[in-house]
Amino acid sequence: MAERTRDYDVLVVGAGPAGLAAARAARSHGARVGLLDAQATAGGQVWRRDVGHPPTPAAGRLAALISSGVDWHAQTQVVDAASGCLLAEDPAGALRLGYRTLVLATGARELMLPFPGWTLPGVTGAGGAQALAKQGVPQGGRRLLVAGRGPLLLAAADTLRRHGAQVIGICERTPMERLWRFAAGLPRWPGKLAQGTALRLRLARVPYWSDSEVLAVQGADRVEAVDIRRGRERMRLACDGVAVGYGLVPNVELAQSLGCLLDMRSRHPHVSVDANQRTSVAGIFAAGEACGIGGRDTALLEGAIAGHAAAAGEAAIPARLRGRQRHARLFAAWLRRHFEPGVDAWPPIPGDTLVCRCEDVALSELDGFTDLRDAKLATRCGMGACQGRICGSALTELGVFAGPAATSGRRPPLFPARIDTLADSFAPTQPGASP
Amino acid sequence: MNIHVRVRVNGRPVTVVAGSSVAAAIAAAGVVGSRRSVGGQSRAPLCGMGVCFECRVRIDGVGQQRACMTPVRDGMSVDTDG
Repeated sequence: MAERTRDYDVLVVGAGPAGLAAARAARSHGARVGLLDAQATAGGQVWRRDVGHPPTPAAGRLAALISSGVDWHAQTQVVDAASGCLLAEDPAGALRLGYRTLVLATGARELMLPFPGWTLPGVTGAGGAQALAKQGVPQGGRRLLVAGRGPLLLAAADTLRRHGAQVIGICERTPMERLWRFAAGLPRWPGKLAQGTALRLRLARVPYWSDSEVLAVQGADRVEAVDIRRGRERMRLACDGVAVGYGLVPNVELAQSLGCLLDMRSRHPHVSVDANQRTSVAGIFAAGEACGIGGRDTALLEGAIAGHAAAAGEAAIPARLRGRQRHARLFAAWLRRHFEPGVDAWPPIPGDTLVCRCEDVALSELDGFTDLRDAKLATRCGMGACQGRICGSALTELGVFAGPAATSGRRPPLFPARIDTLADSFAPTQPGASP
Repeated sequence: MNIHVRVRVNGRPVTVVAGSSVAAAIAAAGVVGSRRSVGGQSRAPLCGMGVCFECRVRIDGVGQQRACMTPVRDGMSVDTDG
């Protein structure tokens, strides 16, 4: 296939709030800017286009970027990374994207944990259910249980109801006293307080159970009922779907393969950056959820900081952005403190529960392995199409392996790719690379 | 006023709002499973955001496409294995 090449001063990976802000800031300095996203529309998850509903702020922001001269690459998935150049794949084939500086705004994915029955059709993530509803998956009349932990559950329940689903309850794993402590701190972030209050009011008639969780899902070939724990009580609820998510995990795979240092202090690694959003690799910046889950406001500010710095150096960063970014990050810390319980807190999972959905590997098959890499070689756990993004994060969260998580050694392709795209990655020259 | 497009899912015509994903068209056609796992289980979309690959289907003859990441196009043909 004929190879296509583009060259940019600043290349932005990810078109959620952080990436959109980065592209705008970089373009304001006159830089040649490329913006890519694996999805067909900009917005990431938080500003995901809702089919049949009014456009999100992402639509207007992207339109402004395009008219200002930013190159927009939709449905473009990064497959491999080299110094000064990314190999990507879009519907037309392989694409080489050269850059002087790179902004990683790769966002986050949802943390999903295995339980008996979680492979049945009708079980989705909480944010996953929200994303599917916004894509146009019909929700009318579906009885759904929303479960997991964190404020995202409220947003998911709200979206699902707006699309016609009947939310039969919200199971929040966090105990009530901790939820109150979290809420008591919210006045420091008035926007978050208003948002949370509005959600709670809209969901006033939906049962909300703290200290409760999904234990198992029942059904022959799809979800028919869910077993939950509510405090010390156990009960079975009839339903058509279970939307369960335990929070968000930063997407660090691209940063990792570029050699950027990861911060391993929290359970799930995030990209290490300095106050100018610089990673440990010269010319590579990161912003938003990839640098630790912080939400939309943090992402917008860090994206702008990264975009200014990537295009024109740190002197170009407006001072007002820094203070606002620090304040927004404090909210992230507050959130983490209340919704990230310790590793021992998880209930035991039956050994025959599948953990790797790509290769159908049961939890008991991992007995005796001390790290995911050894387990992978022997059992194929994490070797399937998702490349361990689902099971790897789950096993890390559950603390299944005694050994430390691998911080390096990720190999291409970063996502499954067509064979002719991969063939291009072995091309002898790299026309997109900078000197 | 929403624009609609027509696609075929496992040979059956279905009409969905333009901008919907292939996953939406599959669900609108009443089809539950998108793929079979290596152990033979029926699987359906899980993450909704292109990460889990449970929603892989054949689109216009090309296999292994993520239904949640692909917008519908008029005349598209989708085949599931679930």
